[in-house]
Amino acid sequence: MTTGSVPKRFSIPIGPQHPALKEPGHFDFSVDGEVVTGATVRLGYAHRGIEKAAENQNWVQNLYLLERICGICSHIHATAYCLGVEKLADVEAPPRAQAIRVLIAELERVHSHLLWLGVTAHEAGFDTLFMYSWRDRETVMDILESLTGNRVNYSANMLGGVKFDVTDDNRKAIERGVNFLETRTRHYLNVVTTDQVFVQRTRGVGVITREQAEQLGVIGPTARASGVLRDVRVEAPYAAYRDIPVQPVIETAGDLEARFVVRLKELFESYRLIRVILEQMPPGDLNVRMPRRPKAGEAISRVEAPRGELFYFIKSNGADNPERVKVRTPTLCNMASVLVTAVGQQLADVPMILAGIDPCFSCNDRAVTISKAGDATSAVWSWQQLRQYSQAYYRRRL
Amino acid sequence: MQLKLADLWTNALDQVKTWARVNSPWVIHFNSGSCNGCDIEILATLTPRYDVERLGIKLQGSPRHADVLICTGPVTRQARERLRRIYEQMPEPKFVIAVGSCSISGGAFHRCYNVIGHIDEVIPVDVYVPGCPPRPEAIIDGVVKLLEKLRGAKTQSANAEQEGEWRDDNRG
Repeated sequence: MTTGSVPKRFSIPIGPQHPALKEPGHFDFSVDGEVVTGATVRLGYAHRGIEKAAENQNWVQNLYLLERICGICSHIHATAYCLGVEKLADVEAPPRAQAIRVLIAELERVHSHLLWLGVTAHEAGFDTLFMYSWRDRETVMDILESLTGNRVNYSANMLGGVKFDVTDDNRKAIERGVNFLETRTRHYLNVVTTDQVFVQRTRGVGVITREQAEQLGVIGPTARASGVLRDVRVEAPYAAYRDIPVQPVIETAGDLEARFVVRLKELFESYRLIRVILEQMPPGDLNVRMPRRPKAGEAISRVEAPRGELFYFIKSNGADNPERVKVRTPTLCNMASVLVTAVGQQLADVPMILAGIDPCFSCNDRAVTISKAGDATSAVWSWQQLRQYSQAYYRRRL
Repeated sequence: MQLKLADLWTNALDQVKTWARVNSPWVIHFNSGSCNGCDIEILATLTPRYDVERLGIKLQGSPRHADVLICTGPVTRQARERLRRIYEQMPEPKFVIAVGSCSISGGAFHRCYNVIGHIDEVIPVDVYVPGCPPRPEAIIDGVVKLLEKLRGAKTQSANAEQEGEWRDDNRG
């Protein structure tokens, strides 16, 4: 007798167009009443094929392309690529360039974390905080614009250094902006830890325990909110971080509130770093000469993006173009934690849990084929083959 | 006479419709493979510094409530059907603004293997806003251009009608 029986699994599809996030991603949550019992994700809406495109452009052109992997953390992508290529070419950017790279990276972190604060507050329905934090974010956008000439894709890096200098006027503007932001951040930290209504949406919600975080390979501020110290700036300092040690921020609760607190406290650390860099800005050149073609070889570069570790693998065969550029971005590492922590939570909390890892879908969408060991068919795919494969794949799926 | 009254009525109705449409366009945003840069600039136009809500523009979650679709990014193979479906779900009359170089020409991702192309290969576009990414001012300008187009289209036809009447009167 099946009539009248309640279906055991009721699934709610969300996305790819949804009011919660501005980026496309499809989620399927099965629910029992209001409680989530299972979650699956379908990514790939923003998969464009950048890694393959990077093989068809020369080393300098790639800087432009790779900066556009992600509009929020564009500078750090370019930094990772530059550091990798410089390693291949046995060139080191001058100290002043390294300092400016780190300065822009920290300003970018400030803009990214303030952006995240607003978006995640918006998921909780706390639009006031969203509007305030985005208003204050314009301060750092102005600073970045006055430094680099662009609000989003700064194009600050070049192979062998940076493109522009930090003048005294810039320095004063940055100090003024940072002072203002520091008072505002203090206020926000107070709001997210004491506002009763907001705290009810965050405290004890979406907990990732330390064990889970280690098991799922969570990285970045999400891991640091669960008590796992993963910060490339601390573990393997690069650029100017070698001279300016970073004090990592760690929280142990692992819930949404901890993720708010970690990111806001990281802002203070960023303000401190910005001040220190401005004080100790080494004099000297902005860039050094780079050979047009780096030597054949392989290089790995790891940097700390606002969302976690960003990993570049670059392979050169001594030609005009790289032979392979592999990018590993933080969001994909954190995505599994969303699917695990969403189970058992209220459906209404799911947008916040998802936004809690600071997802960036344009970073994480990439294609992977898995071939068995010893498979004779595993080979380098040509552009044409990839195009045909993608056409056939989507003909099958749609 | 009766015919004239009906015309007046339709005219008045048209004017009210244009007024409503121009004064409060509800927009929906879809990212079909963008790098996020344009998306955050669109959000920035909604927030206090630029604040397009003061112009009556509201970001809407559902395509069924929206008048204007703001598209960013090139169209990837997986997002194409979704983009088309969202466009089809919007009620008539509907307008599309393509924001960013990618949505106009493919931009940096031109001819990537999984990219089909730009937005107007999939759905018709009314206003293009160039830039990588365009500044919030440029996005506001794009929206204003669209509104002017809407208003202009109506006033233009109304002018033409008035002109015709005027000529008729003179002739009579």
